Amino acid sequence: MTAMLNVKDLRAYYGQVQALHGLSFALNEGSLTTLLGANGAGKTTTLRAICNMVRSTGAIEFEGKALSGKSTENIVRLGIAHVPQGRGTFTTMTVEENLQLGAITRTDKKNIVDDIERMYAHFPVLKERYTQQAGTLSGGEQQMLAVARALMLRPRLMLLDEPSFGLAPLIVRDLFKILGKINREEKVTILVVEQNAQLALELADQAYVIETGKIVMSGNAKEIASNEDVRKSYLGY
Amino acid sequence: MSAATEDAVTEAPAVEAVPKRAMTLGLGTSLAVLAALVIAPLFVKNFIIFQMTMLLIYALAVLALNILTGGSGQFSLGQSAFYAVGAYTSAILMEHVGMNYALTLPIAGIICFAFGFVFGQPALRLSGVYLALATFALAVAMPQLLKLGFFEHWTGGVQGLVVTKPDAPFGLKMSQDMWLYYFTLAISIGIYVASVNLLRSRSGRAFMAIRDNEIAASAMGVNVALYKTLAFGVSAGITGIAGGLGAIAVQFVAPDGYTITLAISLFLGMVVGGVGWLPGSIVGSAFIIFVPNIAESISKGLSGAVFGVLLFIVIFLVPHGARQVAIVAQQLIGKLRKG
Amino acid sequence: MELFTNQVLAGIATGAIYACMALAVVMIYQAIDHLNFAQGEMAMFSTFISWQLMQWGIPYWWAFLLTLIISFAGGILIERLLFKPLAKAPVLTNVAGFIALFAIVNSVAGLTWDFTIKQYPTPFGSSPFLGSQLISTHQAGMIGVTVGLLIALYLFFQFTRIGLAMRAAAALPESARLVGVNTSWMIALGWGMASAIGAIAGILIAPVVFLEPNMMGGVLIYGFAAAVLGGLTSPLGAVLGGFLVGVFENLAGTYIPGVGNELKLPIALALIITVLVVKPAGLMGRPIVKRV
Repeated sequence: MTAMLNVKDLRAYYGQVQALHGLSFALNEGSLTTLLGANGAGKTTTLRAICNMVRSTGAIEFEGKALSGKSTENIVRLGIAHVPQGRGTFTTMTVEENLQLGAITRTDKKNIVDDIERMYAHFPVLKERYTQQAGTLSGGEQQMLAVARALMLRPRLMLLDEPSFGLAPLIVRDLFKILGKINREEKVTILVVEQNAQLALELADQAYVIETGKIVMSGNAKEIASNEDVRKSYLGY
Repeated sequence: MSAATEDAVTEAPAVEAVPKRAMTLGLGTSLAVLAALVIAPLFVKNFIIFQMTMLLIYALAVLALNILTGGSGQFSLGQSAFYAVGAYTSAILMEHVGMNYALTLPIAGIICFAFGFVFGQPALRLSGVYLALATFALAVAMPQLLKLGFFEHWTGGVQGLVVTKPDAPFGLKMSQDMWLYYFTLAISIGIYVASVNLLRSRSGRAFMAIRDNEIAASAMGVNVALYKTLAFGVSAGITGIAGGLGAIAVQFVAPDGYTITLAISLFLGMVVGGVGWLPGSIVGSAFIIFVPNIAESISKGLSGAVFGVLLFIVIFLVPHGARQVAIVAQQLIGKLRKG
Repeated sequence: MELFTNQVLAGIATGAIYACMALAVVMIYQAIDHLNFAQGEMAMFSTFISWQLMQWGIPYWWAFLLTLIISFAGGILIERLLFKPLAKAPVLTNVAGFIALFAIVNSVAGLTWDFTIKQYPTPFGSSPFLGSQLISTHQAGMIGVTVGLLIALYLFFQFTRIGLAMRAAAALPESARLVGVNTSWMIALGWGMASAIGAIAGILIAPVVFLEPNMMGGVLIYGFAAAVLGGLTSPLGAVLGGFLVGVFENLAGTYIPGVGNELKLPIALALIITVLVVKPAGLMGRPIVKRV
């Protein structure tokens, strides 16, 4: 089985500062993978490098196509949706406009309407508020909107950057349940970066652990969860 | 990142930082330039001496803008307004009050300092493009203010005022033009030396701290409000003195001599000379005096286009202006010597 | 009372032009966070193009339409060639770029069509509008065309996908790229539209101020005042600001003694500074938060 996303020897830089030091990993099609690590380990940078939002070297291949040199918007157009840290909500636009923006690159107008309905089915709260300005939503609702907006692309791969950040635990559980459902039912491959390792490992089937810009451990999520070191460093018990 | 910060603007730095040492010339080069400026008038005609006087005067005005922008990181597209106020102050004092021309200059400087300081008050709350906008509006509005019927008795309205050119004092056998040139040169040297010292002083460091990072500067205890207005005041004051000298040199003041075109010229002179590089002021000044002369002799109205095109060339090819050229030349000479 | 109504209506007519200029300024400001000091000169140049087309015998409205297309393309060209490379340059460099553009456009117009004042036609005539002495047909036409333009722009931004993408690119460029919007082209499109809107303003005001290379100086300052008053981040605010500034200008000229045409520019200056000091975000703009 060939990998859907293949990252080899990724190095990324902020100005003079190197943030990633030769990072390699692969995602299988249909998998739900989590990338764990402490603050500043390079998780966000990894996601940003995939979408060419930070200067990097190394090879990134998506479904056999090299991504290097492609602009962010063209990478997105290949079917990679990226839910950024802080959610990237267009706060002055309505919920529905946010969803339409998710589908802005698509030309199949008829299906877009259906997809919006489908998102409302996944996230009923968005339906209640579809004419509201997105900035008036709560943090949890905005995160759902961000996921829904990403799904409007009909992505093959979805990258999520700390979706649990700043949300109440109950809401995070809900959100992760939906992510699992989307992964199974809509066949979207998911890579989720998380600080909440416990939840992420429950949800994911694959896991990578990243430390100071390098992958230090990888494997089945259950195995990783039972690993002594990971438990001490990231799960805190 | 919280939602509250999403609307925040990360501003690009107003101007690129220039290290303090890079703002001046070495002693040897300074003396060579000075010697050339002292000797040159002895060999040329009066009209050329007049042009050299204007060169020094505009160099002062460019220097003043350079202190403001290169030093403290604030913009002004309104220097023509301060120049005009200085020119009118000198002209009115000389023609209506009968004051000696030399005495009118400090007064022009002080009045413009006050004007700049007061204008700098609202400017405190503005940064970058907003400040550029406010000063742009000031420059556009200035000629109309000078034409006002209310001041006509003093300003001469649209007609302007004619100024008498002073003779050389102490019975010196020297043409009026030559005397005025040396007079201007002496003032220019004084102001240049004072400016260099200002930028090297505590205040200069405060200016530059504000330029590079206003918030950090205030966190370090720099009184940002005071120094920003002070920079505006000093810049306006020097521009005012230049304006006064300009009025004496051209023997005439009129509202249409101080339009936005003058402000643009001075701005251009600063960019061409190198932002933050004080000696570049004279290069910039030469540029804004001689380029239009040449362009207008080819076709009337061509100078704007030539200015604009050259400005774009500077922006794209030599963003640090004459300073960059000087550094490259220095390196070349160094290489030639070794080779 | 009739004088008052008359002045308010005349103010709305010139306000319509200020609204267009303010809108053009705001469109570029939204896209790249810079003020286009050459917006007025670009509008003047467009007006000259339309004049030239009419000199060649093309009827008014065809010349109008052609000018809009040429201006639109010209705006895009200027952005691609001159300002796209400056995207990451310091503010000063950008200001210098706009100043350079200002000088070039002004000078080229003067060289091509010389600096003498020219008459410019109006398709609306200048008879009393609907038999009323309050407003002329040209003034009514200015208001009509502007209102039509505003409605068209509103529909464009609210109901088309490109409009939505442009709004997204202006609001949050990075997020916009993450949904696949080509933000760089949205900026170019913004320039094109600003240039075309400016052309409309220039063509409508030319019969009033006459055609010459410096015709837009005062108009641009009032456009800036309008944009600042309405809020540089709000197109709707800019339009509102335009009409308010126009009415204010006319009423001040009528009722405040000593304020006439000769104080036109200082009044705009005072307006700009007052708004920037008292309420920098303008009437409808987002407050600007500085990121530390």
